[in-house]
Amino acid sequence: MATEAHAAEGATGYIIHHLTPLHVGEGFWTLHLDTLFFSAVLGGLFVWFFKTAAEKATSDVPNLLQSFVEMLIEFVDTQVKDSFHGHNKLIAPLALTIFCWVFLWNFMDLFPVDILPLIGSMMGIDYLRVVPSTDLNATFALSITVFCLIIFYSLKVKGPIHFAKELLLHPFNHWALIPFNLLLNFVEYLAKPISLALRLFGNLYAGELIFILIALLPWYMQPVLSFPWAIFHILIITLQAFIFMVLTIVYLSMAHEDH
Amino acid sequence: MSINATLIGQMITFALLVWFTMKYIWPPLFDSLEERRKKIADGLAAAEKGQENMHLAEKKAKNVIKEAKEQSSEIVNQAQKRANELIEESKDTAKKEGERMILAAKAQIEQEIQQARESLRQEVAALAFSAAEQILGAEIDKAKHRDIISKVSNQLG
Repeated sequence: MATEAHAAEGATGYIIHHLTPLHVGEGFWTLHLDTLFFSAVLGGLFVWFFKTAAEKATSDVPNLLQSFVEMLIEFVDTQVKDSFHGHNKLIAPLALTIFCWVFLWNFMDLFPVDILPLIGSMMGIDYLRVVPSTDLNATFALSITVFCLIIFYSLKVKGPIHFAKELLLHPFNHWALIPFNLLLNFVEYLAKPISLALRLFGNLYAGELIFILIALLPWYMQPVLSFPWAIFHILIITLQAFIFMVLTIVYLSMAHEDH
Repeated sequence: MSINATLIGQMITFALLVWFTMKYIWPPLFDSLEERRKKIADGLAAAEKGQENMHLAEKKAKNVIKEAKEQSSEIVNQAQKRANELIEESKDTAKKEGERMILAAKAQIEQEIQQARESLRQEVAALAFSAAEQILGAEIDKAKHRDIISKVSNQLG
């Protein structure tokens, strides 16, 4: 699939080109337009799809769309009920949104690596990175939001004093070990959003990179490699979306628990 | 590859999506699921109840049939008994009637015998009178000798 223009830049140029986002702005105020655009479109697709089903939702015999949507709802609800025992109206919709949105992000990985950038270049867009989950900003946006919710619910459910006590006196309940506890808890809390974001990013980035590398091979080799990798990737994208959702539920249920 | 303002944009999008899902998507779908679950549970319960009712009705029907059979056989038995009784009764009456008739006939016969005897006696008396008249040659005063004659005729009886 390597076009002649890419070939001229060499393999490295091709890879870098593929991994460079379409951006405007400088420094921190850079915006990755492709990430923003595709995630918004996919998010829109998700809410449109589910809203259509929700509007026609009936307790009688469901149609195909409703059955499919209800399957997802039940799936998410089961996951939530398995690990979360409190009452919170946010958790289940949050989990559903994360699962569907991340799945759709990841799904963009299954489009042939060159087709959307090719269409983009026809419209005068030079750089296009179509998979939002290969952008650290996208994955961190999710995990930091989840982290904020963890802190929010910890404070709300446990109360500031109890929460502070837990940070200071857990796991070692002795005043002399307060600094150590604090450090331990700090690392523990910080590890949550970072591991969430990096796990998703790493998996999808690596997957995308392998698709790009396969695309550099001679044309007759490409189907032999990209077909099995794509099939394998179907598993990965679902699994990553699932892991992100389940961990979010688990973290939030921990925030609701009193020690 | 660096973290930049895209993060903020993504967080806003995420927040909007979650809000929308929480407000407009999750509740109606989840409610319809719950409602259906309840409907199915109710339906199953109703079906079970219906089956139970059917079993009960079957049992009842069997009982009714059994009772009816018993009753009918009882009626048949009674009818048979009654018929036997009737036969017995009619036999009895017939017997009695026959006996009565025999008795009546016997009485009649007795009476007729009595009558015949009476008439015979009278005839014998009359014969005895005429014989005595002829023998004596004289007329016997009937009024005078009635006692004797009736004594004699009584002896004859």
